[in-house]
Amino acid sequence: MAYHSFLLEPISCHAWNKDRTQIALCPNNHDVYIYKKDGTKWNKIHELKEHNGQVTGIDWAPDSDRIVTCGADRNAYVWTQKEGVWKPTLVILRINRAARCVKWSPRENKFAVGSGSRLISVCYFEQENDWWVCKHIKKPIRSTILSLDWHPNNVLLAAGSCDFKCRVFSAYIKEVEEKPGPTSWGSKMPFGEMLFESSEGSEAGPSEGAGAAGGGGWVHGVCFSHSGNRLTWTSHDSSVAVAEGGKTCTISSLRSDNLPLLCVTFITENSIVAAGHDCYPVLFVYDGAKGSLTYGGKLDVPKQAAAKGISARERFQNLDRRASTTQTSEQTIDTLHKNSISQLSVLEGGRSKCSKFCTTGMDGGMAIWDVKTLESAMKDLKIA
Amino acid sequence: MEALQAVLKNPPINTKNQNVKERAEGLVLKVLSSFKSSDIEKGVQSLDKNGVDLLMKYIYKGFERPSENSSAVLLQWHEKALSAGGVGCIVRVLTARKTV
Repeated sequence: MAYHSFLLEPISCHAWNKDRTQIALCPNNHDVYIYKKDGTKWNKIHELKEHNGQVTGIDWAPDSDRIVTCGADRNAYVWTQKEGVWKPTLVILRINRAARCVKWSPRENKFAVGSGSRLISVCYFEQENDWWVCKHIKKPIRSTILSLDWHPNNVLLAAGSCDFKCRVFSAYIKEVEEKPGPTSWGSKMPFGEMLFESSEGSEAGPSEGAGAAGGGGWVHGVCFSHSGNRLTWTSHDSSVAVAEGGKTCTISSLRSDNLPLLCVTFITENSIVAAGHDCYPVLFVYDGAKGSLTYGGKLDVPKQAAAKGISARERFQNLDRRASTTQTSEQTIDTLHKNSISQLSVLEGGRSKCSKFCTTGMDGGMAIWDVKTLESAMKDLKIA
Repeated sequence: MEALQAVLKNPPINTKNQNVKERAEGLVLKVLSSFKSSDIEKGVQSLDKNGVDLLMKYIYKGFERPSENSSAVLLQWHEKALSAGGVGCIVRVLTARKTV
């Protein structure tokens, strides 16, 4: 597991280029820094200065080598590299609140921006005017969109929002693409049509009158699986849920015992890795046949537990301070990341057979996790 | 033990009637304080995940209005419920929109 600490400031967002030699990240200010890997060191090679507010989302299109950034200044810029210099093009999003997240579509002919103005802007390039144009998806979103993810068919878009719901919309733009075929989420897909909405706080399992969680929480991260038939999202009430598209749209959710998770991704068709305020990635395994989601394990560098004897003095001190006599060395966090993990990205293998993924967090560090090493390190870990 | 199950069975989550909620909360507090300290752990184990979440909600509601002895008892319940439900359980109490 490689860990590199870039700066002391939290990394708001990051994106990798196609061959994973360069990373674009925002160190919690108005700029984007691009670092290039040089052996084991990272050198800053570019600084993209154009935004007037914090850059909240970055996405790097692998094939067309364009970067789209969106910020709290209500703007988005598409950057293209000409002769080694990145040049921005402004995209008018027509939003009156900050933009929160941005994602290129799989075919890179459009991108979607989620914002605090309770709508999603889907932007595409209009050839005649040589200009990026956007269309809005407004209904029935009632609050800020926190996260977005595209379906592999380039048309469906999943959005997680602060109104406690995860939805799938159609972002079909007839000017740039053909009509899509039917998918497991639906067959009629005019622009802005909502194909799925999670009723947050509903339990798929048996509830003995004690009732559902009632309310749920902000949906922080969403992710489609590689095939696009499964959608997972994590919510602020410390739960993870998976929905399977189809006639019987089943939702299975798991309430975890940890702090809320902020980002989530599929690493195979059945396994989900998520990370958040607990500072370590967690594995979940989804069983399609049973429709159940189970906790797979904590993925982190195993620390050698130093078993020191506790002296009588320390015992009384602990009793005084914490009302417990157990020795808990919780002054130091023994995870790789020292602060919440805010973003997770797949490096190698795609979402069907991921072999490496990367996490960045509020501690300004970036860690690259190798799935094979994790599997061999944790004995009971099973990545289906 | 059965009293615990019974009192957690039908929580007045969806009602807007404040009286109903207060009466339910009073009942739960009575049951919780009538437990012996050694039995608290068994009581918590007998609940499922939903039950533990619900118990935690009542515990926090009880914290809001402390009477002479209630806080100590509630703290004991809190410790046991925490070991069963984890931090996630408390997060769900904080983010739940429908209060008990």
